[in-house]
Amino acid sequence: MTETAIRVKDLRKSFKNTAVLKGVDFEVRRGEIFALLGSNGAGKTTTVNILSTLLKSDGGSASVCDFDTGRQPDKVRQSISLTGQFAAVDGILTGRENLILIAKLRGIATPAQTADNLLERFGLSEAANKRAATYSGGMTRRLDIAMSLVGTPAVIFLDEPTTGLDPEGRLEVWKTVKTLADGGTTILLTTQYLEEAEQLADRIAILHGGKIIANGTLEELKKLFPPAEVEYIEKQPSLEDIFLAIIGKKGGE
Amino acid sequence: MKSKTFVLFGRLMKHIIRSIDTIITVAITPIGIMLMFVYVFGGAIKASLPDGVNYVNYQLPGILLMAIASGISYTAFRMFDDKQNGIFSRFNSMPISRSSALWAHVLTSLVSNMITVTIIFLVALLMGFRSGAGVLEWLSVVGILALFTLALTWVAVIPGLTAKSAEGASVFSYPLIFLPMFSSAFAPTETMPAAVRWFAENQPITSIVETVRALLNSEPAGNDIWVALAWCIGIMIVAWFFAMRAYKHRV
Repeated sequence: MTETAIRVKDLRKSFKNTAVLKGVDFEVRRGEIFALLGSNGAGKTTTVNILSTLLKSDGGSASVCDFDTGRQPDKVRQSISLTGQFAAVDGILTGRENLILIAKLRGIATPAQTADNLLERFGLSEAANKRAATYSGGMTRRLDIAMSLVGTPAVIFLDEPTTGLDPEGRLEVWKTVKTLADGGTTILLTTQYLEEAEQLADRIAILHGGKIIANGTLEELKKLFPPAEVEYIEKQPSLEDIFLAIIGKKGGE
Repeated sequence: MKSKTFVLFGRLMKHIIRSIDTIITVAITPIGIMLMFVYVFGGAIKASLPDGVNYVNYQLPGILLMAIASGISYTAFRMFDDKQNGIFSRFNSMPISRSSALWAHVLTSLVSNMITVTIIFLVALLMGFRSGAGVLEWLSVVGILALFTLALTWVAVIPGLTAKSAEGASVFSYPLIFLPMFSSAFAPTETMPAAVRWFAENQPITSIVETVRALLNSEPAGNDIWVALAWCIGIMIVAWFFAMRAYKHRV
């Protein structure tokens, strides 16, 4: 077991005549939260789909836990879990049934117990026997992430975990992701929100124009910019601050 | 890996049981058409049939095929839904065989259509359907209906995986639902104009209808059974080829 959980070298992928990935390089260390930051269409999902064996690359190499995604997809699938861009929960099943389904598919000996533990851990015990279609956006995402944890995979991919959530739901998900990282799971997270990367990630890579144009800790990235100038401006509450204050939640952790 | 397919099949059957209205909707239109044919047109059509023909028996095979043709539009819809919601992606990034998720849909389609077919048989029984068929003949009827369902299911997989909208995924079945009208399912082909008659006698529904009708009436099915089997298997192989291609590229 090496210290590197994910290794991507010169990864290339085109769709028809459009080159999406033009030689992407990055590495993710074991136990770290790594954010792949980029605007819409930058190729974040394509990268995640190649790493989770759903897509084949055109060139370069990608490996997860030292298994090559192209040549050893079965080994890779045993080491990972994908939480896709749209919460892939079954709305007709209850939250508990969704978890039991995944536990059975992963061949866990005690699916019901696994489900109950995760429901408890993600604060979903009360809603356990309600159909997932009735859950709020934040609850659905939490269930979605809980489903990814069944069988404790070594690496988890979270593809834009907070897109489409309200501020409250986003905070719920952030809290969840932080607790995951404390448990030692390696997380590759994609996001288009700078704030999200700043909040969650140990290291951040910026994917732009099909390449990684910057990669480092937040402190390292900050050094790329000219030194801060001191300016005095009036601090107005943002609409988000107001919204969260009114509904009685404190933002920002 | 087979056990994983059954876990996924169990999931889809929960969908069916929890939205039992889909089975009823699928059964109700063919039942309505059956009532119409038997009680509205039946008297007139009987005039061109040999004496002593039980018209409920006569039209039942066509109604069953209609029900299956409309049932598979839900198969396409369920597949579209799973693809759209990223459920296929979730399953296919897990350590289970890639084809499990697909086969679970195919199996669900088969079972749910057989439930619909059973409901229609029961209604026909109330309307005066009677059969002197033996066990072997009944098994053959079930076999042919299952084969027809499988053939159309593989057809349904294609729009299910490639459609851009839920409507697009299910409209393909409309022409299939009407196909029994242009066959020997409800009236003998002899009374049709030459071109329609030629079409009716050479399209797949007629041979399947004739086979099922003969088997249920305990009569020899003759050549029709081989033509029917060839159609079903031929459609299945061609559709399977394109469905697998769509599955490989789209999921």
